[in-house]
Amino acid sequence: MHPILKLVSQRLALGLLLLLAASALIFVGTQILPGDVAQSILGQSATPEALANLRKDLGLNEPALSRYFSWLGGAIQGDLGTALTNGQDIATSMGKRLGNTLFLAFWAAVVSVPLAIFLGLVAVRYKDRWPDKMISAVTLTSISIPEFLIGYVLMYFVGVKLGWAPSVAMINDSMSLGQKLHAIALPVTVLTLVVLAHMMRMTRAAILNVMQSAYIETAELKGLSSFQVISRHAFPNAIAPIVNVVMLNLAYLVVGVVVVEVVFVYPGMGQYLVDHVAKRDVPVVQACGLVFAAVYILLNMVADIVSILANPRLRHPK
Amino acid sequence: MSDPLLKVRGLKIGATVYPPDAKPHKIKIVHGVDFELQKGKVLGLIGESGAGKSTIGLSALGYGRGGVELTDGEVWVNGRDILKGGIGDLRKLRGAEVTYVAQSAAASFNPAKKIMDQVVEASVSQGKFSRADAEAKARLLFDKLGLPDPDNIGSRYPHQVSGGQLQRCMTALALCPEPDLVVFDEPTTALDVTTQIDVLAAIKEAIRDTGVAALYITHDLAVVAQVSDEIMVLKMGNMVEYGTVDQIINHPQEDYTKALVSVRSINHEEKTPTQPILSAKNITARYKGTKFDVLHDVSIDISPGQTLAVVGESGSGKSTLARVITGLLPPKGGSTDFAGRTLTPDQPSRSREDLRELQMIYQMADVAMNPRQTVGTIIGRPLEFYFGMKGEEKRKRIAELLEEIEMGDGFIDRYPAELSGGQKQRVCIARALAAKPKLIICDEVTSALDPLVADGILKLLLNLQKREDVAYLFITHDLATVRAIADSIAVMYQGKVVRYGTKSEVLSPPFDDYTDLLLSSVPEMKIGWLENVIATRKMESAGN
Repeated sequence: MHPILKLVSQRLALGLLLLLAASALIFVGTQILPGDVAQSILGQSATPEALANLRKDLGLNEPALSRYFSWLGGAIQGDLGTALTNGQDIATSMGKRLGNTLFLAFWAAVVSVPLAIFLGLVAVRYKDRWPDKMISAVTLTSISIPEFLIGYVLMYFVGVKLGWAPSVAMINDSMSLGQKLHAIALPVTVLTLVVLAHMMRMTRAAILNVMQSAYIETAELKGLSSFQVISRHAFPNAIAPIVNVVMLNLAYLVVGVVVVEVVFVYPGMGQYLVDHVAKRDVPVVQACGLVFAAVYILLNMVADIVSILANPRLRHPK
Repeated sequence: MSDPLLKVRGLKIGATVYPPDAKPHKIKIVHGVDFELQKGKVLGLIGESGAGKSTIGLSALGYGRGGVELTDGEVWVNGRDILKGGIGDLRKLRGAEVTYVAQSAAASFNPAKKIMDQVVEASVSQGKFSRADAEAKARLLFDKLGLPDPDNIGSRYPHQVSGGQLQRCMTALALCPEPDLVVFDEPTTALDVTTQIDVLAAIKEAIRDTGVAALYITHDLAVVAQVSDEIMVLKMGNMVEYGTVDQIINHPQEDYTKALVSVRSINHEEKTPTQPILSAKNITARYKGTKFDVLHDVSIDISPGQTLAVVGESGSGKSTLARVITGLLPPKGGSTDFAGRTLTPDQPSRSREDLRELQMIYQMADVAMNPRQTVGTIIGRPLEFYFGMKGEEKRKRIAELLEEIEMGDGFIDRYPAELSGGQKQRVCIARALAAKPKLIICDEVTSALDPLVADGILKLLLNLQKREDVAYLFITHDLATVRAIADSIAVMYQGKVVRYGTKSEVLSPPFDDYTDLLLSSVPEMKIGWLENVIATRKMESAGN
């Protein structure tokens, strides 16, 4: 078998195993919370008889292991159960939310990843000179300020004072793409500012590391310009570490947007999760946890695979 | 005489150094050199490390490596002083008029790009040739340089060809834009001798056929004598002697040049083998997770107080043999007797006495020492560990050992970073000696050192052997070193001992094919040696 195929299938198998472990952890985590679903549905004043009946109806008297497998089996088939609070199918109501979150994360990534890499290249080109220092200072400042604060500051100045973008990022199906993009302009900006520093600094460090190599000297002695040396010779060898940090940040864009979504009242997964945590809707929390875990594992797996593919020794064995 | 292609006048080069515990300051590394190079001629720059030869070579491209600055002087190429122009002018010169061949092609090729892309890059981006023309030229050069499958080798990645082939690709890279001058910076130093001779011949032929001028930088006088018209000897950034090859090789004027010419002339009388102290029998070994044996049925004996040299090219299994004997790699088959007892195959189960009597010295002295320990601590460690020495007694013994390695106890509180390469290796020898071993395994201990320094280390090892009656297993790829130090020799090739016996037996004919190839590939300090060897080989292969 081609070594690449072997490595990639190993990564896939590991990813699936990890996802299984994550599902077990999520299930156990929600089980060890005090009280159970029946208690939460009926409230503190419920009679013991009513509780016993409901537990029987919900199958809560089954051993935890069999409940885990029936939950997992359902999840694999796309059935995440029904929400306790409103009795709706979780998969259906979450599907739209997830779509919205991915929409927001996608556009944040489209802006932030090329920008971060470009700024990283510029920082390398002007290493230790003012453009490098300024890029570092600005991105570090923006990552140091909590995202809700950036959110409110932008909302006040850009949204309220200047009126350039709506301060509440409501979107729905009837809006055109342009309208949607206009609506999410502010949360995209906040997310970009939050993830930019990390990716830009990693790009800078990875390329600077490669710049020490002898083949960079060879390139310089061919009379290439600094930018040609960096983009043609240094960047291709720095892809693996850059992809890893890019994927970590993409995962953050999906999983970590909770705060930003709440600040901008954006109808995404974050809002959905926060609402149902507040109501102790355990099946929804479990489902959200599973989806977040899957996204996280998937993106990191992609990073691993891209790193493998970026290595010419693996792509073209002797 | 026509205007020279390259004219260097009063070139001074400095660098900024950043010592860990002092303020950054500027040092001078080249103190004003002058030389000229006519079209189509080859000038050899020779000297030890730190002589400034690479720095001077790179100045022909207006380039300073790291913090190196060309502070003063003139470098004229094709009638222009290239130090006067800006970086834009230099970029037009680099890769077009002047090109560079680096020591390690393996490190100097970008691992992420195909060979052809890199070979034609300068020609195309400098606008000298179209991509198609440049590729056609590159294929011709691949063919001329004796690369296999010249039409397709360019579509491979650097890791897919061997070191010797890559070095030839690097030469093609430098010749492809049809430059006026090529700077060769130790292009064969990292290669095995049998590969070196082919690359050397290919480079020489390419220089002759293209009529390009060259600066050829090396520390090996025998190599430079084969390719150059003139030689400049450098020492510590100063020119020592400058003349034709004949003048330098046959009639050197300066003491330093004479020392370089007569290096490796240690005369060592071989001793007759006696009852062996170490006897490895039928060793077969393989590394974990691999499918091939790296040692096949290897048997060697070492007599007490004598030296067995194990010689071979990279990958021949010399160092693996050392790992088996020291127990770092338990063998698949075979056994090792040492001082009348059989050693256990793996190192952790060996007695302290076994460990003490079998010591090791490595190629890279600077990574074999803890940089945060003083020389005293490094040498003192085996004294504590094996003999339980403490306080004044230990200090006295350390001073004695430092005396033995000709350094004196003034070094006792120094850190490795404050020592020269030769001194570091001496400290490693003292550390091995501190255990009072019966056998020391020396793994390429002089390979990383300059010839004169290496000579000093070899003399020291021979003296210590006389005084302490210690045996050496001396691993090396360098036949001159073998001649200088060995009593017996084992020639290894592809994991097998192909020739074994006393030094006089092994080094006298009739030879087996491999030993013959190995011996005839070692450059000799004679003008025309390379042509003779190549001609002889061609005749032999024609005869076959």
